[in-house]
Amino acid sequence: MDTLLAPLEFAFFQKGLLVATLSGALLGLIGVYIVLRGMSYIGHGLSHSIFGGFAVAQLFAAQFYVLGAGLWGIASALAITVVVKKSRVGADAAIGVITIASFALGVALFAKFGSSGPSFDNALFGSILGISTVQIVGLVAVSLLTGAFIFLKYRALLFSTFDPEVAAVSGVRVTRIEAALMIVLSLAILATLTVIGVTLVAAMLVIPAVIARMLTDSFGRMLALSTAVGAACGLVGMYLSYYAGVPSGTMIVLVGAAVFVAVLAFTGGRGLRRSAGLDAHSEDLLAEPAAR
Amino acid sequence: MTGTGVGPELVRLDGVSARYDQHVVLSDVSFHVHEDQFTGIVGPSGAGKTTLLRLLLDTMRPVAGTVWRQPGVRMSYVPQLETVNWNFPVTVMECVLMPRTRGRRLPWASRGEKAEVHAVLERLGIGGLAGRHIRQLSGGQQQRMFLARALLRQPQLLLMDEPTSGVDVSTRHDVLHLLADLHEEGVAIVLTTHDLNGMAAHLPHLVCVNGRIVADGAPADVITPAVLERTFGARMEVLEHLGMRVVVDESPASMLTRGQA
Ligand SMILES: Nc1ncnc2c1ncn2[C@@H]1O[C@H](COP(=O)(O)OP(=O)(O)OP(=O)(O)O)[C@@H](O)[C@H]1O
Ligand SMILES: [Mg+2]
Repeated sequence: MDTLLAPLEFAFFQKGLLVATLSGALLGLIGVYIVLRGMSYIGHGLSHSIFGGFAVAQLFAAQFYVLGAGLWGIASALAITVVVKKSRVGADAAIGVITIASFALGVALFAKFGSSGPSFDNALFGSILGISTVQIVGLVAVSLLTGAFIFLKYRALLFSTFDPEVAAVSGVRVTRIEAALMIVLSLAILATLTVIGVTLVAAMLVIPAVIARMLTDSFGRMLALSTAVGAACGLVGMYLSYYAGVPSGTMIVLVGAAVFVAVLAFTGGRGLRRSAGLDAHSEDLLAEPAAR
Repeated sequence: MTGTGVGPELVRLDGVSARYDQHVVLSDVSFHVHEDQFTGIVGPSGAGKTTLLRLLLDTMRPVAGTVWRQPGVRMSYVPQLETVNWNFPVTVMECVLMPRTRGRRLPWASRGEKAEVHAVLERLGIGGLAGRHIRQLSGGQQQRMFLARALLRQPQLLLMDEPTSGVDVSTRHDVLHLLADLHEEGVAIVLTTHDLNGMAAHLPHLVCVNGRIVADGAPADVITPAVLERTFGARMEVLEHLGMRVVVDESPASMLTRGQA
């Protein structure tokens, strides 16, 4: 018990725990829509693209780097939506090229000019250090916004995720809902980037949602479960990263992977069948999250 | 049952053409849907039947021609089962409730909404399945679940893509009776079908499509060897049985026996 409580005496650890838990919950919640829409490659692309925006923004106005990265992220999110809508062929490739180029630019700028914000490793794999009050407020605000959006637009979101054509016929403004979802997604990635890390955010969008899918056939329950699993991974992962002395994002993702394996063992073929064909891209992410 | 198109118009296509990318799928199609419509669209695979429904529904814009819709017309769509994502985690209750998005609605179903869903499922003969995952239904039950979802909007015009593909004879009869009742209650219906004998021959009005409208009229006028050959590009015989048209195609089996004789 003491070993569990001991780190709580540090204010930075309390902050870290709060941010990790909330980040896990937030990514778990949005991840359901991302995975069911087969869009996990967009989460992956966005986090990398935001990293580029972040590096560019901090060159010009260090104190506003979060704002710069946010605008960059929203712009990429909308650009990706347009590319996907306009051209069915090669959308994946176009997104890959744009976002990885943005990421490479970020890495180059980091290497050349260093960072006035988080270090390179911390930005890539997440860190408990340097979590400011502003970031906590931002994360809480984004979480509230996301929660409100999903609560108020629950049915329109569900309908347009399941069957956009019929949803449009039934009076759902599908394009608007999708654009709003992309903006919320980029804000969520931005708000969780510091603890989870650029390379690992996409994995946390996918893992809780896939675990939840293996456990239930109901959409409502999948949302609740995915949020809970995400929060638990954040909490436990943050503790473990403190003791192991490794970047927080790595432990959070590893806890998620461990839960995935445990649930797989528990549900067996049934869970596999439920999650089969969920999202072709999510399998790559699960197979090798850190290598991307 | 009239169904050949009297009463005010709901949707009107005039000289409409449609294409995907560079590939023209329908050309110069004129099709007026009236309040009293009960029409089956028949044609071979790839003829453009689903595309025609998409044009009526406004999920696809034509490249030529004009489309007019009665302002505020309520349309419901029952998709072809082959196009549904069966891995999606929704229960029958969640699926049927989807069209209820208007106004301030909570994520979960209200007691009144649940009662409404149970009532429509009951009417369609699949009461008691509300808690199941959509994949845990038979083909006929899945079809009726989507019909329930469509009916929840109380549509003026019901469009159905292959509502009887892959269902058994008695389910097909049930669906036909149900549609006849709905039509009696004043719902206009347009559906597509591959099933000439089981479905098309029982409808009051047919449209034959193959990239364009080949013929339209009552089954007695349309189900003829000449029209069918122009529509399907295959020779078929038409017999008369108890006042109904019965189509017999040259099946491989009969070709084989003839070859042996
Ligand atoms: N989204 C699409 N993109 C490109 N081509 C398409 C698309 N949908 C249909 N097509 C093509 O348009 C043609 C007409 O398709 P449509 O789905 O309307 O046929 P159908 O009559 O409904 O066939 P079936 O009886 O097999 O359902 C086909 O050649 C098909 O390959
Ligand atoms: Mg079709």
